[in-house]
Amino acid sequence: MSLLVVSGSPHVHGDLSTKKIMWGVVYAMIPALLVSFYFFGMGAVKVVLVSVVASLFFEWVITKYLLKQKPQISDGSALITGILLAFNVPSNLPVWIIIMGALVAIGIGKMSFGGLGKNPFNPALVGRVFLLISFPVQMTSWPTPIPMFKAPMLDAITGPTPLGVVKEGLRNGESMETVMSQVPDYVNLLLGNNAGSLGEVSALALLLGGLYMLFRKIITWHIPFSYLATVLIFSGILWLVDPNAYVNPLFHLVTGGMMLGIFFMATDMVTSPMTPVGQIIFGVGVGLLTIIIRVWAAYPEGVSFAILIMNAAVPLLNKIKPKRFGEIVKA
Amino acid sequence: MDSGIITALITLSAIGAVAAVVLYFIAQKFKVIEDPRIDDVTDALPGANCGGCGYAGCRAFAEAMVKEGTMEGFFCPVGGNDLMKSLSPLLGVEAVEKKPQIAVLRCNGSVKNSPAKYSYDGPNNCTFTHTLSSGEGGCMYGCLGGGECVDACDFDAMYMDPETGLPVVKDNCVACNACVLACPRDLLELRNRGPKDKRIFVACMNQEKGGPAKKNCSVACIGCAACFKVCPHDAITMNNNLAYIDYEKCTLCRKCVEVCPTDAIHEINFKPRPPKAEVPKKEPVKKAVVVEEGAAPAPKPAKAPRTESVEVAVEKPKAASEASDKKEENSSENQNNNQ
Amino acid sequence: MLKTFRIGGVHPKENKMSASAPIEVMEHPKRAVVPVSQHLGVPATALVKKGDFVKTGQMIAKGEAFISANVHSPFTGKVFRVEETLDSTGFRRMAIIIDVEPDNWMEGIDLSSDLKREIDLSPEEIVKKIHESGIVGMGGATFPTHVKYMVPEGKKVEYLIINGVECEPYLTSDHRLMLEKGEEMMIGIAILMKGLKVNKCIIGVENNKPDAIAHLKDIASKYQGISVEALKVQYPQGGEKQLIDAVLRRQVPAGKLPLDVGCVVNNVGTCFAVYEAVQKNKPLIERIVTVTGKPVKKPSNFMVRIGTPVDMLLAKAEADVEASGKIINGGPMMGKALVTTDVPVTKGTSGILLMAKAESNRNEEQNCIRCSKCTTVCPQGLEPHLLKILGKRMDAEACEVERIMDCIECGSCVYTCPAQIPLLDYIRIGKAKTGAMIRNRSRK
Ligand code: SF4
Ligand code: SF4
Repeated sequence: MSLLVVSGSPHVHGDLSTKKIMWGVVYAMIPALLVSFYFFGMGAVKVVLVSVVASLFFEWVITKYLLKQKPQISDGSALITGILLAFNVPSNLPVWIIIMGALVAIGIGKMSFGGLGKNPFNPALVGRVFLLISFPVQMTSWPTPIPMFKAPMLDAITGPTPLGVVKEGLRNGESMETVMSQVPDYVNLLLGNNAGSLGEVSALALLLGGLYMLFRKIITWHIPFSYLATVLIFSGILWLVDPNAYVNPLFHLVTGGMMLGIFFMATDMVTSPMTPVGQIIFGVGVGLLTIIIRVWAAYPEGVSFAILIMNAAVPLLNKIKPKRFGEIVKA
Repeated sequence: MDSGIITALITLSAIGAVAAVVLYFIAQKFKVIEDPRIDDVTDALPGANCGGCGYAGCRAFAEAMVKEGTMEGFFCPVGGNDLMKSLSPLLGVEAVEKKPQIAVLRCNGSVKNSPAKYSYDGPNNCTFTHTLSSGEGGCMYGCLGGGECVDACDFDAMYMDPETGLPVVKDNCVACNACVLACPRDLLELRNRGPKDKRIFVACMNQEKGGPAKKNCSVACIGCAACFKVCPHDAITMNNNLAYIDYEKCTLCRKCVEVCPTDAIHEINFKPRPPKAEVPKKEPVKKAVVVEEGAAPAPKPAKAPRTESVEVAVEKPKAASEASDKKEENSSENQNNNQ
Repeated sequence: MLKTFRIGGVHPKENKMSASAPIEVMEHPKRAVVPVSQHLGVPATALVKKGDFVKTGQMIAKGEAFISANVHSPFTGKVFRVEETLDSTGFRRMAIIIDVEPDNWMEGIDLSSDLKREIDLSPEEIVKKIHESGIVGMGGATFPTHVKYMVPEGKKVEYLIINGVECEPYLTSDHRLMLEKGEEMMIGIAILMKGLKVNKCIIGVENNKPDAIAHLKDIASKYQGISVEALKVQYPQGGEKQLIDAVLRRQVPAGKLPLDVGCVVNNVGTCFAVYEAVQKNKPLIERIVTVTGKPVKKPSNFMVRIGTPVDMLLAKAEADVEASGKIINGGPMMGKALVTTDVPVTKGTSGILLMAKAESNRNEEQNCIRCSKCTTVCPQGLEPHLLKILGKRMDAEACEVERIMDCIECGSCVYTCPAQIPLLDYIRIGKAKTGAMIRNRSRK
């Protein structure tokens, strides 16, 4: 008889696995991917492909030759980083810049801390912020969307993102009405028919992906909800105080990387707090910082900086303990 | 322009002056008056902070010694007698001599001697395997091979032998007691070092009767009392089917080693015996191998992991360098053995 | 909304393959091995020696310490030996080995199958009887039952809670017992209520056993103060603290006992044993054991005498031992893996579960992805991912601060962890170290 296996209990495992979770996130990103392909055409396809391949490649090389571990690229985490990075850059970004972004995202953002699960900052955001600071010109010349089958052969025309338009306009002292007349209406914003990076464009597609992840229990409601609520309430207060100086909260919600941040980047398991209370505080913090940066700081978009800053606060937020059994004695 | 520089100079010097005064008073206020000998003694100590003396570190040890004003009951195993003697003028008291000791592993249930009775799947950790079951070898007294003792050793005096799955104590052991405390099965013991680091001990802790003990492990002490009978110095006692050699009484005469039917008694750092004509079938020479200073003790036969088939024993003395190289690989290899 | 406990919990696949298999009586073995320590606490002292002749039901080992239990001979025959034998974890423990002959029962044991409803004994006599009969918790924890009934001065008990949850996947022994011995069990509960001097009792049963719930509700309607509560299926509802929370909405504070919130919890199997002991004068010498698992052809429930070798059960259930890689004593979540099948059934053996080779080994451990799913499912509100790190580091002090000793070792965290980390193994290391530290401290 072959030897019996002996191990500690439990002897069964649920069917959850890292791979399943990561692939779930990838599936959730598909609608947004398709929308970006539709609006930005081959440029988008190229950016996504380059970013994904580069991320996977760097992950493999670094785990194998630097960390000397068994490469685990099939778990999908590098794939997510690749797609998220692609979502964060304009579709006309030169290939070599994307590759550098992927190297920084995987190499510095993730592997230098020991690989999956050990990085304090969201790797895709590290990559993006690195690119934004190093190549500000390339990173902020946003092609306006040209739907794939309408004029596929035309060179993209670049223009500022709606957020950029608003910020620039308000700074130059234009009135709110003139500013708002320069940006697309809400329906187009929701669908994604506006200038911006790949994943910034279609709030609706991202929302769809986010709901899918909530449904599959890949993410919990705590971070998206608190983030969303904070953004609405905080910008709402500002708007009520002076509707001429501050834009409508809904506008904040549907523009820029807000939806991407809410559902895909703030909720990243590795870099968000572990307890529900911590997660809510995290969401509130990101929401506040986003609006502060958008309204008062130099950059028109604040989601990535806000998330990175709150990432740094996660170890502190993890000091908040969950409710222990026995602490609620009465019903 | 000029006035700016002057203002800056003045403000900065003012801040500096104020800070200096504040710091001075704080330093005065919180000054701790200490016996200067504590510092002297601490400096003289090895600074390993291993806790082998029973105190939380070298400084705590020095403090306690200075406070008590005696060296009785105080001993730094790392520095040994020489160090304690050198401390005695500092403290103005007589040092107490202590015989140098070394740790020994009282188990030889290697993967070959005690083949696996089941296959364990889990973290390679002694404490956990001990709570879970008897250990792969099936002996509830034997070594679990998780290497907690090796982890506890601060002096690089132990390593896991990947071939046997057992830890090995090198001769540079300082007898700090850390491994003894770490082992959940109390398998390590501090014993007096004989001349030239010689030591003889029963490498088994199995208290079962002969039959079951032998069934699990071919080199178990079966409690036959042969050694007990042969010992001319009354150094051996029998308890719960287990022989124990009192190191205070033992004279390292090696008589017991010869009579043990299961080779459970180990002798380390002895000269190889001249092959004896009258007992050709029995070869106690097996374990007696001379090793250089700092080298690993008697080599264990090479063998496959517990779960695989057993190979023939190969004997070769290990050099010290080889031994320390081994340490690197063994942790990973050992894990593989248990997967 | 069905009730359940309020923190954490998982829902493993139930796999109750033997739920419809009626209880079969197991044949007697040729030689039985009866360990003297089948309970939590101090082992009992053997009263017989080699060559003695024992009758079925005779006391053969006496539990002298406060937390200990008597052991009775499950068979008639000559004592072959009193020696150390292998137990299920590979350790050797003292056991009495009996060469089995046809049954010759001790005098005074009522072997008829008639129900005896009147309870003649006084509360004190009931507790004494439970003590004498060697009854322990039959759910698997094997805590001596009489100890729970010695309520210290100043503590007031309001409720008796009966655990019919059987939240472990695969196991069905309690389920079958509730269906087939419901009447006896209910009288047992009435006896326990009298012994405890309480007039309220709640039987908690998970909702995946509707037949048992209906059956028990039917019987309970004839009794004063006994109610049956259907509970939402959630593991580990069978944990004492979780069950109290589920039925009463009271949480036992850390380091406290159910008594502190006015409860005593017993398993349904224990109630049946109490009935047999008090009404029929029959000590605890048999129990129901489920034999199940994928390699088992006929998943079954057996009424087995203590001391019967597990091998015999496997043969009768037509288990394919060759095809199984792991054999577990108990359920898959909290049971212990057997080192060998050459071990006897004891008072705590609620089931024997065979795992197919493919499901026996652990999956490869990966990096923690900090998903905090373990925190979400932990019924004790702990942070297993943190405890794992501290346990692995053997940092007893930090473990204590993080309340590692509150862990009930339910395994929910390991079950859930997407990175396949055996969190509980590491937590057990931490618990062992922390426990040692706490003991040392109190000794000082
Ligand atoms: S085993 Fe312990 S830590 Fe894990 S879920 Fe259960 S109680 Fe919590
Ligand atoms: S469930 Fe596993 S992967 Fe998730 S936080 Fe806990 S230990 Fe880490």
